[in-house]
Amino acid sequence: MSGAERKSLPELVEEAQRLLSICNACRYCEGYCAVFPALQRRLAFPEQDIHYLANLCHNCGSCHYACQYAPPHEFDLNFPRTLARVREQTYRKYAWPGAFASLYDRNALAVALASAAGIAFMFLLAALVADPARLFQAHSDAQGSFYALIPHGTMVAVFGSVSAFVAVAFAVGFARFWPDMGERLADFVKPATALEALRDAFTLRYLDGGGDGCRYPDEKLSHSRRVYHHLTFYGFLLCFAATSVATVYHYAFGWKAPYPFLSLPVVLGTVGGIGLIAGPLGLMALRRRRDPELAAPEQKGMDEGFLALLVAISVTGLALAFLRETGVMGVLLCLHLGAVLALFLTMPYGKFAHALYRVAALVRFHLERRRPVAFIAPE
Amino acid sequence: MAAEASCDVLVLGAGNAALCAALTAREAGASVIVLEAAPRAMRGGNSRHTRNMRTMHDAPLDVLTGAYPEEEYWQDLLKVTGGQTKEDLARLAIRGTGGHLPWMKSKGVRFQPPLGGTLHLSRTNAFFLGGGKALMNAYFAAAQDAGIEVRYETEVVDLDIREGVFHSATVECAGERSVIRARAVVAAAGGFESNLEWLREAWGPTADNFLIRGTPYNRGRVLRLFMERGAQTLGDPTQGHCVAIDARAPKFDGGIVTRVDAVSLGIVVNAEAKRFYDEGEDFWPKRYAIWGRLVAGQPGQIAYSIIDSKSMGRFMPPVFPPVQARTIADLAKALSLDPQRLGATVAEFNAAVRPGTFDHTIFDDCRTEGLAPAKTHWARAIDTPPYYAYPLRPGITFTYLSVVVDENARVKFGAKHADNVFAAGEIMSGNVLGKGYVAGVGMAIGTTFGRIAGREAARHVRG
Repeated sequence: MSGAERKSLPELVEEAQRLLSICNACRYCEGYCAVFPALQRRLAFPEQDIHYLANLCHNCGSCHYACQYAPPHEFDLNFPRTLARVREQTYRKYAWPGAFASLYDRNALAVALASAAGIAFMFLLAALVADPARLFQAHSDAQGSFYALIPHGTMVAVFGSVSAFVAVAFAVGFARFWPDMGERLADFVKPATALEALRDAFTLRYLDGGGDGCRYPDEKLSHSRRVYHHLTFYGFLLCFAATSVATVYHYAFGWKAPYPFLSLPVVLGTVGGIGLIAGPLGLMALRRRRDPELAAPEQKGMDEGFLALLVAISVTGLALAFLRETGVMGVLLCLHLGAVLALFLTMPYGKFAHALYRVAALVRFHLERRRPVAFIAPE
Repeated sequence: MAAEASCDVLVLGAGNAALCAALTAREAGASVIVLEAAPRAMRGGNSRHTRNMRTMHDAPLDVLTGAYPEEEYWQDLLKVTGGQTKEDLARLAIRGTGGHLPWMKSKGVRFQPPLGGTLHLSRTNAFFLGGGKALMNAYFAAAQDAGIEVRYETEVVDLDIREGVFHSATVECAGERSVIRARAVVAAAGGFESNLEWLREAWGPTADNFLIRGTPYNRGRVLRLFMERGAQTLGDPTQGHCVAIDARAPKFDGGIVTRVDAVSLGIVVNAEAKRFYDEGEDFWPKRYAIWGRLVAGQPGQIAYSIIDSKSMGRFMPPVFPPVQARTIADLAKALSLDPQRLGATVAEFNAAVRPGTFDHTIFDDCRTEGLAPAKTHWARAIDTPPYYAYPLRPGITFTYLSVVVDENARVKFGAKHADNVFAAGEIMSGNVLGKGYVAGVGMAIGTTFGRIAGREAARHVRG
């Protein structure tokens, strides 16, 4: 079984419906995660529920190794891979604008890296045209370093508009996804369920495989994926915090970057940056060791493109922080900005989208948990 | 003949009982080789399809609620077997379960509260997190850590047992034969339920219509070799754990999902469109194990569970969709039954249904009057289309024909029990189960006698 062939959404939905009917009759896995209790509330699985269940799945693998119907059994039940394939389709189906999604979908790793390189090249070109000498010149912090090369106003304009685009793209994606689940917007923001969902997301509760860790990258129990994901996610948050603090410094106090090494933005950014190198590299290494039976090959580019950009951002960012007063600052800055912009632009179509749909699915899980089951199983 | 190997304890089979024996013998210091006929992906015998172990306890224990004392457990067993059980061995198996959970956890097995739809078992049965395959994965991992050698795709083809003393086994792997010598042997290779010829020998041609719920690898070769080497057996070869399952299930290995839990909600008819047994006699979890034999007794070994739309969604969802029709006549046609006869059976049943208050969670007062056979509970007229049907066939889970053992799991040859030949699991289950079944008792027998066999085998070789 190669598993490499791409399947259309209707084909995947049909396959998922077949698997879910088997799971619903079996139920041995219900202790592993939220997906099984959620599917057991249902007798039928329309497409929107399959998107929901697929995005509730964290791909930990525990159910697969426990499955009496996994290949080579004739039922050929491959739950993690099938749901991973559905997730990839979810991101595409609900992404806005759709045309960008299919572009990114073709070869995500190459697109991600090409965007980063292209944008960096444009910055370099602009700087060269403006003043070739200044690009390779060392600027002291006192001279305003980064902004001597690219004016603050330009950066704000570029990042402001790209961020706004990303925010709109995600908002539209969510606005398409959530009502498709048959849920009301008011329910999404109910504090009790939202808090439970966020707690699950922030602790990666469903990567604990019921307590002993999940079966990733192979059959052995391990917490490594959870640890690397935490490094990545909290590293990302720290970097985001660094930027936010710097923004406050800039506008509220008129303190201009670059900041000293022991200043809050640099400390946050440095710690976060280290996490954002170790985490994605670890996830990438685990990914490559993943049991091929469970992997969805079509997700490879999307995952690796996202991870590669994160590493590129962190490496160039850290290098920038420590080499900012040397002659390589100009080139590093262009590379860094290129990677950051490429990440932003590909966010709505790439792996980052999992955060949106995962949290939405978790909120729905906690909403449903409070509702009576529509049918009665005899006891 | 290829190279020879040797070890202290040779374990034939690689299901729950086999691994319990292997791990226990290894703990006691014995070197152990485990032989598994199946490939690695299908290892674990029928244990890979199990989900819980009926467990005695005098107070809430781990995931188990309340208390389930030895006496109640014994009475449950006595009832289902109709007394066809050896009390000393049955009580030994029961008492053993009281101490298994900590040992199992030390081997990496994890437990969970009862699954959705099985709350009635929350007091009596400890569920394995992830089911039986997860349990077996934990045992195989523990075996690897302990230095136990497991040989996959290795079948026992001959046993050198003379006058009740085991010397060696001849095994075949990838067409190559070799001899393994050992100072003791534990037979834990299951029953013969996957050996269709043997089933036919026992049941006659009706066996051709049986489905085998479990592994296709339990062909009874070790059991047969033991019989040929003079081991005493007990039990009726037609007795076993036999359930009514969906007739569309695969011939082998369909496991839990092939069950149909709709029986007590409607009526069941045979190929002649006639009812043949009280569908509402008792709660389904207490009756599923007799319906296999009931269906086996019908012409063509087929039956049809028929419900109407009132009952849809009131039972665990089966894996196969029901046959569905707007009228009883159309349903009959879809099932290749005589429409007039089925119409008459349903009309007769509906007319006999007395008014009552339907409640599927208790013995309610919905019953028939003046109908043979009666339906004594949960009888509601089948009158609300669409109508649904699930075809049923006998599904053999495992056979009870067994070698005779004593309280130390020693196999009896002639008049005496062997010193270095032990048995555990299905292959000796008939000592406890002469007939009937109660959920989770197979794993109880396998775990208790597996641990005893491992302990005694190690004691024999280590002195």
